[in-house]
Amino acid sequence: MLSVRDLTVSTGPDTAPTDIVSNVSFDVGKGEILGLVGESGCGKSLTSLAIMGLLPQPGPRIRAGHVMLAGTEVTRLQPWERVDAGQGRIAMIFQEPMTSLNPVRRIGDQIAEAVAVSEGISGAAAMARARELIELVRIPDAALQLSAYPHQLSGGMRQRVMIAIALACRPQILIADEPTTALDVTIQIQILGLLRDLCNRFEMSILFITHDMGVIAQLTDRVVVMYAGRIVETAAVDALFEHPGHHYTCALMDCMPARNLGARRLPTIPGQAPPPGSFAASCAFAPRCTAARHACRVSLPPRLRLSEEHETLCAFPLEVGSRK
Amino acid sequence: MSTPTILEIRDLKSSFSVRRSGRKYRVNAVDGVSFSLNQGEVLGLVGESGCGKTTVGRSIIRLLEPDSGSVNFKGSAVLTAGGAALRALRMNIRMVFQDPYASLNPRRSIGDSVAEAGDINRLFRGRAERASSIAATLTAVGLDPSFATRYPHELSGGQRQRVGIARSILPAPDVIIADEPVSALDVSVQAQVLNLLMDLREQLGLSIIFISHDLAVVGQISDRISVMYMGRIVESAAVRTILDDPRHPYTRALISAVPKPDPSRRITGAIETGEPPSQFNRPTGCAYAGRCSMAVGRCFVEVPRLRPLGQEDRLAACHLL
Amino acid sequence: MNLDGIALWMTPFKARPIALAGICVLLAVVLAAVFAPWLAPYDPYAIHPAIRLLPPHAGHWFGTDQFGRDTLSRAIYSARMALLIGSGVVFFALITGIPIGVFSALFPRLGHVLMRAVDVLMAFPSLLLALGLIVILGPSVANAIIAIGAGYMTTTTRIIYGLTLRLRAETYVEASRSMGAGTNWLVIRHILPNLVSPLLVQASFVFAFAQLGAASLDFLGLGAPPEIPSWGNMLAESRTFITRAPWLLFFPGSMIVFTAFSLNLVGDALRDRLDPRLRDVFRGEA
Repeated sequence: MLSVRDLTVSTGPDTAPTDIVSNVSFDVGKGEILGLVGESGCGKSLTSLAIMGLLPQPGPRIRAGHVMLAGTEVTRLQPWERVDAGQGRIAMIFQEPMTSLNPVRRIGDQIAEAVAVSEGISGAAAMARARELIELVRIPDAALQLSAYPHQLSGGMRQRVMIAIALACRPQILIADEPTTALDVTIQIQILGLLRDLCNRFEMSILFITHDMGVIAQLTDRVVVMYAGRIVETAAVDALFEHPGHHYTCALMDCMPARNLGARRLPTIPGQAPPPGSFAASCAFAPRCTAARHACRVSLPPRLRLSEEHETLCAFPLEVGSRK
Repeated sequence: MSTPTILEIRDLKSSFSVRRSGRKYRVNAVDGVSFSLNQGEVLGLVGESGCGKTTVGRSIIRLLEPDSGSVNFKGSAVLTAGGAALRALRMNIRMVFQDPYASLNPRRSIGDSVAEAGDINRLFRGRAERASSIAATLTAVGLDPSFATRYPHELSGGQRQRVGIARSILPAPDVIIADEPVSALDVSVQAQVLNLLMDLREQLGLSIIFISHDLAVVGQISDRISVMYMGRIVESAAVRTILDDPRHPYTRALISAVPKPDPSRRITGAIETGEPPSQFNRPTGCAYAGRCSMAVGRCFVEVPRLRPLGQEDRLAACHLL
Repeated sequence: MNLDGIALWMTPFKARPIALAGICVLLAVVLAAVFAPWLAPYDPYAIHPAIRLLPPHAGHWFGTDQFGRDTLSRAIYSARMALLIGSGVVFFALITGIPIGVFSALFPRLGHVLMRAVDVLMAFPSLLLALGLIVILGPSVANAIIAIGAGYMTTTTRIIYGLTLRLRAETYVEASRSMGAGTNWLVIRHILPNLVSPLLVQASFVFAFAQLGAASLDFLGLGAPPEIPSWGNMLAESRTFITRAPWLLFFPGSMIVFTAFSLNLVGDALRDRLDPRLRDVFRGEA
């Protein structure tokens, strides 16, 4: 459904660009939920904006690579051009619903507007469809809430409204950029369940971006791990948690409190994540990696295939079964 | 527990007024909270947004003046203290804030920020003593003493949070109230800062009130946990007791809602657990009753009191337990 | 601040060359004021009836006025008055605005009353206010400063009030309070330092408008005494000769325009410098 190949996003002058996202490649199949996980500054949000064609102008730009939506190349197309080309059925939801919703318009109007843009209907028909969508995202008292303003709704409700707007174009793929990070845990679990249901019902693919490994484990089918602008591991979610191949993935999971209940001290990853683009010709994780060898510091790590569906960007990946 | 109680909170109530659509509302953020903190222990205060946990922290040191209740620190009353006594108390109960980017004045050097408590209370006798105190404190939190001349914008989030912690231990207090100290940090940096807090607790004999919405983090660092909902404590017990065997319906819902990093234990299908009631329109009776699967008539009428549960060392506020 | 800091401050000026031109003009004005006795070719007060009302030419580049005084020399000496009035007004606005603004923000009940009083002052058009005050106080340079300053005190106070309200709610101020800081400490260590940058921008604009205000007062004869050379006075005197000797109008008028305009440009550039820096400083790397 969505195919990204060697996507590279850079800043700086054309003669000496700095790659903040480099050679990112992954696929999202039909009806699949792919998790894109990484810590702050790893480039995951920028990747999603690049896929949508929403990179801020002026600012970082796509220097190389391809984005293909249902087989059609859309890399250089602006969002409205994609709609014209018949490839507009991709939608995005963001972390902060308050800034994505217009505070002075009723939510019913905002959903109806999205409906009107994508389906060409308007007026009462659009409003009827808006009501359908509100019920679809399980907002109680749908008829009443159509005339509510965003500030009258809670965070969880606003996020559901944003999902409703995203669904207006009947997307084949939904990109969700940390949609539950700002929500309470008991609300988050409802939104995750809603997304899983929508995915099952409409065979809608989801690219779910987050920093929370717990959410990854609960929601996704396959996972892509990013570090310093590169994809360091791709795997099915079970395989990733059971035998991660990349040392960063393994270290990241090790230092989670949830995996260390009762321990006196938490394992940590020494140092901090480098700014993107600082390791153009070697492994970006090498300075912090306990298994780093000389080769890691002087050359780009290869992309090794650990098994069917499991790849890692590491010259000396963890062996299967070497984890405790 | 034979360890002495160092901080005793009784029936604390705190509210503030908010303007919404032109009308003034009174939000009872903390609605009768009582607990005690023992010497050397870490008490985790956990709850979701709007439960009042941050307000509890701010009310204890009177950043927000509570409406009623009492706070006793080593026997002396905090809420009625004035002038010099209050300043002395504030040296002994310190706070670490959540946002590493907002909690440091961008125009002051790291050294100035770290030494601020000492400067305000004129603790340093001479510049040499001040400089060496700053250096020692920075080293204690894992930062090189040369950071003292740098400015916040040169530091990462994790480093800034260490500075915030350094600021709170110079001079060393008895109690630290940590308000979501790691919530704004990445997981790998969280672990570093949590380890730092645990180390400092041992080295300096601190007692900590650790406020957070993240059950996993609170479970890692605390000895005891108190769960809050809509301004009241609903359950309180030793950390393993609560996490392994939660009894209050809200605690159980909270624990089961935390996404576990283990794909073999997935939730399938949607769970609708409702939303918290509006803070401006509190329901009578138990605040959780509207979302509770076990609620009976009494729950909607009478507020359950926090009381010991049978023989266990556990407090819970529920009519059905 | 080290050299890096200075280089950083120059970026908005490099980005907009016209702002650099503004700085040059201002520098010229300051130099003219300081070195007037050496720069001015003639004594600005000296009267030479034989050469009155001569158009600009080799000996007198700006021409002469009705008393035969050299316009160029008078224009150069007027820079002193311009600087005096400008700095005086800025000083007055700050010295009154800062205490009122900070106090009103930190003590809300009294603050509301004070800000309403400021609102009343703001309701007057600044020139009318200045005129009214000058009539009450009597025309002189010092009174002109007060009269013009009163108008700009209001905007300065409002700005400081808003800023202090915002600063008071900052987390680092809360942190200070939690360690026992009193109001004095908060004001001196946290609030005032953070006011410096926005006030610098405000000061440049006030300086600019003070020129216009002073020129207006002088033009009406209510500001500096007519003997002292100032651009406004020169304009006032040139009214009678506007058809015969337009250069008497043109040169002082242009000086006022250039100075005020340059100040505005510099103020704009300073403001541009501040906003992104504030963003960087407060948020760290993106």
